[in-house]
Amino acid sequence: MLTCKDFLTELNDYLDESVDRELKVKLEQHVTECPNCFVVFDTTKKTIKIYKGIEPQVIPEDIHSRLMAALHKKMAAGKGYS
Amino acid sequence: MSETTVAEVFDEAPLVERARSGDTAAFSELVNRYERKIFRLAKHITQNDEDAEDVLQETFLKAYSHLESFQGHSKFYTWIVRIAVNEALMKLRKRKSSRTVSLDEPTDTGEDTMVREIAVWEENPEQKYSRDELREILDKAVESLKPAFRTVFVLRDIEELSTEETATALDISIPAVKSRLLRARLQLREKLTKFFRRKGDDVFAYL
Ligand SMILES: [Zn+2]
Repeated sequence: MLTCKDFLTELNDYLDESVDRELKVKLEQHVTECPNCFVVFDTTKKTIKIYKGIEPQVIPEDIHSRLMAALHKKMAAGKGYS
Repeated sequence: MSETTVAEVFDEAPLVERARSGDTAAFSELVNRYERKIFRLAKHITQNDEDAEDVLQETFLKAYSHLESFQGHSKFYTWIVRIAVNEALMKLRKRKSSRTVSLDEPTDTGEDTMVREIAVWEENPEQKYSRDELREILDKAVESLKPAFRTVFVLRDIEELSTEETATALDISIPAVKSRLLRARLQLREKLTKFFRRKGDDVFAYL
């Protein structure tokens, strides 16, 4: 039987789906029997999903322009170590 | 999700090859493809707009200068992320040198993996907020993490690098990546519960 502490220790690998079959069965059983661990599992999973779903913002135009200007200067000068 | 599709990664090798042989338009195309992600990464690590812009420029200037040393064994993106992480960490150390900011493993007091908030969340909690509100909530939560946890979380769960790639980029062991990631995820979960919990549910004490 897994304790809640064991569950927490394995939580990461469980979320990343990198636990072996035998352990996976035990973890799955624990979440069906332990409401608290189910909530921790479910909300941590949602945390990761929400972060992964967020697109990077478009870079402010002036920052993009300065980047391209610096690059073009370097390209014109030819390769060299800065 | 990443804006880079599988098809784009698949046909990226010829583009990188053209850039390597001196085609500046090809290199500019790579910049356009990844500048947003690199800037976001830089901002997350340095937490300073000025530093983030420096990191962005340094990353692509260095990538351009050292393009010959890019072997093509890894993805181009993974390669520039490593450059960007190094630049960002240097900035972070420089700016915070007067205070004690350590990227070493913080001692595990048990505090970081303590679970306090047990509350059920909404089914799609992010839909309760506008895009901008959500971005602010998420960014603030990440900013509040210790640098050692923040950097690992950003690379693993935002930039979606593998455990191995994250370990290499930060020059730490794989077990260190795993333990920091767990602590980061649990702390963020705690912080976000305040915003995403289903109304009317009680919070239980736990563990
Ligand atoms: Zn439990």
